[in-house]
Amino acid sequence: MGIVKVRKNYHQARWDEPIIFEMSTPGVRGIIPPEPDKEIVDTVGDVAGKLPAGVRRASLPALPEVDQKRVLSHFLHLSQETLGSNLTADLSQGTCTMKYNPRVNEDLVMDPRFAYVHPWQDDETLQGILHMYYTFEQILKEVSGMDRFTLQPGGGAHAVFCAASIIRAYHRDRGELDQRDEVITTMFSHPCDAASPHTAGFKIVTLMPKEDGYPDLDALKAVVGPHTAAIHITNPEDTGIYNPLIDKFVEVVHDAGGLCFNDQANGNVLLDIARTRDAGFDLCHFNVHKTFGSPHGGSGPGTGAMGCRSEFAKYLPYPTVEKDEKTGRYFLDYDRPESVGKIKGFLGSAGVVFRAYAWCLMMGPDGLRETAEMSALNNNYFLKLLEKVPDLYYPYAEGHRRLEEARCSWSRLTEKTGIGTDDIMRRVGDFGLQHYWTSHHPWVVPEPMTLEPCETFSVEDLEEYAQVLEIIAKEAYDDPETVKNAPHKCASHRRAAEEALDDPEQWATTWKAYKRKMGK
Amino acid sequence: MAEDTVYPYIPNSVRAVRERMLETIGISSVEEIYKEIPDHLRFKRPLNTPGPIPSEYALRRHCEELLEDGADCKRYIGFLGGGVWHHHVPSVVTTIMERDEFLTSYVGEAYADHGKWQAQFEYASCMAELLEMDMVNTPTYDWGMAAATSIRMASRITGRSTALYASSISPDRLSCIKNYSWSAVPTVIAVASDPKTGMVDLADLESKLDETVAVFYFETPAFLGPIETHCDKIVKLVHDAGALVAVGVDPISLGVLEAPGVYGADIACGDIQPLGIPMQCGGGQGGFVATQDEPKFTSEFPSLLYGITPTVVEGEYGYGEVFFERTSYASREKAKDFLGTMAQLHGIGAGVYLSLMGPQGMAEIGEGIMQRAAYCAGKLNGLPGVKAPRFSGPFFKEFVVDFNGTGKTVAEINKALLAKKIFGGKDLSTMFPDLGQSALYAVTEVHTKGDLDALIGALQKIL
Amino acid sequence: MIPSSGQRPGKPTSARWGNEGLACVKKLGLIVNPIAGMGGRCGLKGTDGAEILERARSLGGVPEAPDRAATALRQLAHLRSDIEVVTVSGDMGETEAIAGGFEPVVLLSTNSSTTTSLDTRRAAKEMTAAGVDLLLFVGGDGTARDVYASVNDDQICLGVPAGCKIHSGVYGVNPRNAGELAALFLSGKVGRTKTAEVMDIDEEAFRQGRVSAELYGYLRVPEDEARVQGGKAGRVQSDESALDAIAYSLGDRMEPNTLYVLGTGSTLLGIEQRLGIEGTLLGVDVTRGRQVIATDVNERQILELLKSDSTVQAKIVVTVIGGQGYVFGRGNQQISPEVIQRVGRENVMVVATKSKIAGLGGRPLLVDTGSEETNALLSGYMRVTVGYDEQIVIRVAS
Repeated sequence: MGIVKVRKNYHQARWDEPIIFEMSTPGVRGIIPPEPDKEIVDTVGDVAGKLPAGVRRASLPALPEVDQKRVLSHFLHLSQETLGSNLTADLSQGTCTMKYNPRVNEDLVMDPRFAYVHPWQDDETLQGILHMYYTFEQILKEVSGMDRFTLQPGGGAHAVFCAASIIRAYHRDRGELDQRDEVITTMFSHPCDAASPHTAGFKIVTLMPKEDGYPDLDALKAVVGPHTAAIHITNPEDTGIYNPLIDKFVEVVHDAGGLCFNDQANGNVLLDIARTRDAGFDLCHFNVHKTFGSPHGGSGPGTGAMGCRSEFAKYLPYPTVEKDEKTGRYFLDYDRPESVGKIKGFLGSAGVVFRAYAWCLMMGPDGLRETAEMSALNNNYFLKLLEKVPDLYYPYAEGHRRLEEARCSWSRLTEKTGIGTDDIMRRVGDFGLQHYWTSHHPWVVPEPMTLEPCETFSVEDLEEYAQVLEIIAKEAYDDPETVKNAPHKCASHRRAAEEALDDPEQWATTWKAYKRKMGK
Repeated sequence: MAEDTVYPYIPNSVRAVRERMLETIGISSVEEIYKEIPDHLRFKRPLNTPGPIPSEYALRRHCEELLEDGADCKRYIGFLGGGVWHHHVPSVVTTIMERDEFLTSYVGEAYADHGKWQAQFEYASCMAELLEMDMVNTPTYDWGMAAATSIRMASRITGRSTALYASSISPDRLSCIKNYSWSAVPTVIAVASDPKTGMVDLADLESKLDETVAVFYFETPAFLGPIETHCDKIVKLVHDAGALVAVGVDPISLGVLEAPGVYGADIACGDIQPLGIPMQCGGGQGGFVATQDEPKFTSEFPSLLYGITPTVVEGEYGYGEVFFERTSYASREKAKDFLGTMAQLHGIGAGVYLSLMGPQGMAEIGEGIMQRAAYCAGKLNGLPGVKAPRFSGPFFKEFVVDFNGTGKTVAEINKALLAKKIFGGKDLSTMFPDLGQSALYAVTEVHTKGDLDALIGALQKIL
Repeated sequence: MIPSSGQRPGKPTSARWGNEGLACVKKLGLIVNPIAGMGGRCGLKGTDGAEILERARSLGGVPEAPDRAATALRQLAHLRSDIEVVTVSGDMGETEAIAGGFEPVVLLSTNSSTTTSLDTRRAAKEMTAAGVDLLLFVGGDGTARDVYASVNDDQICLGVPAGCKIHSGVYGVNPRNAGELAALFLSGKVGRTKTAEVMDIDEEAFRQGRVSAELYGYLRVPEDEARVQGGKAGRVQSDESALDAIAYSLGDRMEPNTLYVLGTGSTLLGIEQRLGIEGTLLGVDVTRGRQVIATDVNERQILELLKSDSTVQAKIVVTVIGGQGYVFGRGNQQISPEVIQRVGRENVMVVATKSKIAGLGGRPLLVDTGSEETNALLSGYMRVTVGYDEQIVIRVAS
């Protein structure tokens, strides 16, 4: 094993960078747009100038006026003040599956033969891209057992919303939509499993877990009935606990006439291990920018691949990607009268699909299996390392293993030292690690920490992270001030007044608003 | 055997390492972890998926061969638009968007991810100047989602549940709006367009405004191309009825077209793709929603908003999430909106683009686009049986070309153009049957006179 | 239009931006109950009453409160020059304040070596009359009760936990966090407050192994939800916003002719305020629709109202009281087993904020109506309204 490097001397770049508007000098140019050919100008004259008053822009937008090099250096500085997961052992962002985003995939999507493709080009000129879409769909079908997938949604929550739209259409067609107005989810499922169906018009019923942390089947039985439209459930849940009764949950909801949707944001650990279809689900999704290696982009673009059984295929957003079996040519099918419509423009995030296709191809079926197994091994190895950290524990499911992640708790440490998870989360940044994910609100596990050691992390990465937590846990006793006031070595420091961000008189999402409110 | 393969992306796949890990955990195989899954739910055979292609060279070659077979708007001359367009992508923009720091970041706090938060703030700030509205969200999926969000916001603000929309908006966006807004705004009614100008029919708008209408949504330039020259009248009519104006705009037109904040639109939305984001077969999208920073609007914003705020170090800029709670009517809204991974990287790119362009650049690019588009339309109009633009009145970069007089279908024409390595405008005959054999042509700053003349020359032969 | 180049704008003008001192001097009231917590280590539960105190001392019990006070005050040290501490002489605050580097003003002198709850009450009364911006008290539930009994309705208070009896919601998570929250509040960085319940346990019953905490009242405390920004999940919903949503949800569905028996608890208090229902603070009230028809009723009165018209629909609305999760039996005993049986389980509505339910960590809601039969009837699973069109399902046990 290589050395384990706890970065005690780490310091993030801190450029004390001004806002780009502050770098502005009137008259300075950053780039010159191409001028139209002289003949064009001579033929048509000043077209914009002929626009009526009130339509023509009266005063130019007050954009920054900065030369090209200073624009470049400014944003390079900002990039150095950002900790992308390719730079660090990003176990931190639990449930986000921050695996390596291969550089070769970036070169591929930047290839002009992809980057400059317009989605409305004749299908004949899109065969390569459509092949990627079609093939990736087949891969997802194989992995999940589902019959069709759409790659149109732009993210996980979007895919969950797409599923809720389909569920809505399904019940509407059976004349039961008015009656079936409730979607059930669980407390440890992803929050979008509540928010997305809620947006689609359903009432939400969330099941509290049992005291042992498992989802409560009896609670489900107590609430299903003729009002039930569907269940939206994540498995394994964000606690990393696999629900062994998942097929019973599905059965109960089906018996009540509802549909079952499986949120597979945590599906990295199940590739070639278990298929959602086998548990009885009707619909499911994957986060392509998580499990399938596409970068997160700072929060997009992404893709939420949504899969379903064949009886729901007619509802899928248009167009779908089809293959003419006789000619082997691919084509886009826009003729889908029962489709829920469009969820996202054109074909969705084609660049994400391209990268996922490339990733799957490189890994092959054995590679997918290894991905799953190693994410389980990495997690359990890491949890073993964490046994050395005093006062850290992970509740629930005593005697059972976590699959790909665990939700830990610092509450014992907090009781003894007053140091909480938010302090530790900030302090972790001082060691060159990303601030970790605690939990979605409201917190059921007190002082939570959710880490996901997915398969791309090496033993050295895991050891480094565990040692950092050990160090900070000790600092909580010996040097609490340092933890409380962290971060010290990041690009910026703690916010001074959280509530200022909730005060309309003080908040500002733009420089324009900031100047106005500060009286400039 | 699977266990003997070593993967560059999975360092612990080396057998010796794996075995040491098992030993440390205290298990003999990973199956002991997977026994949390009941046997009857286990998948018992290897996956049947393509690959592996373990070498980067072979993978790259395979993918490049797939792409080589196709065509794109660099190898061909393209006139397609309708929501994603071919504009120039500056090198500085791609340099920044490619950086792993931004590319592979996610939802880290604004300390270790300070740079990303500032870049987003600057993007929003640049948009604010373009739109003359000082509350701008972090990018949502695309224009369709932004429009749908705007409509739901308007419904929350006014407490009403009907939306009017201009019939000339993008059909794809309309589809998205209908699906997304359904639970809050179940009634969505079209307002006619003037058949000559393609602009909003003000009389029809007035007749449809009543006390149930929350919002009127229109686009300028319209999907079919015409610039709306009566925005002020629209705003007056709609406001008089107690409703809100939501307008969809093309940000790259805002160096020459008046800003929505100036003519009184309440909510502005659109797509940032033209601002330096490569088309990527429709994947380059990013939507924006903006309003004035007033409590009436800000309390109904659903999206993630980044705000600037002081840190514990005097004079240092910090960032955090602006969070306001809906203590108004909105709290009882039947359905909230959802947050999730959307299009932030494109926001950063657009911010870089606008910082490079500055006010002069935006003015020049807008002027130049209008000149090229007008030139192209003029030349097309000179072809026998062709009328371009179909609608009278000014247009920005897109216009409808009416081929009905040629006796040929757009499909035939486009097929012939394709053989000459030209992508003709989008066939509108199914989308807008009233227009018959018409096509939507998009001309931007990437088109030289040579490109436009090539189109004319090709059509002369075809028609 | 375009700002001048290079220069960074000057410091923001609003006093709440930046880290300079407070805009004006704030008054901090400090009361320490020096004997709180002494019982704990000796296995005694609480130190109310001279007898128990004697036993604690004889068993070698050592006061914990001064130490906890010191921890809390350390978090306020940086504001020393900007806050005026008003307190009680000796161990009830003066000693601790001086040790913390403050120069306190002694509002009240006690000359006994054993302080009593009367002293706490007198001190709290003086402080609230003196208009303290925040009343910080160090002790347990008993201390909280004394403070509650003596302060004005709008007095902002905060407890530093120092006792083994902590059932009230008026405390910081631990002494350090309490001190921090006090500092944030006094410096204006935290402005939100919420209503928290003051509970206290019948000590005699407790020593006999029975837990019986009663709802005594409410205190207004600073709300510390803004601590952690959510990353991908967004920020925490404040109590106030949650109550708005629940109130709308309830209010929109209230039927004008249905009788509503409204229980106690801060959640219901907040909802009633929003719906314009003027009920009693600690009593059970009955409405017809939103119209109050009887206040502070007892069991007999409720039954009479129910019997007066057998055709009328009736519902019971209750919330979770205290940190243990009781829905029946801790401050709403007037809603007796007979009332519950008459109204019917299906007409019992439970409302609560998500944080309250989540804070139970998977433990069930509890009922203690006094009747095993009724407890059994209520047990099982219940839907709790936590927002608009949002419910949480949780187990109910007795």
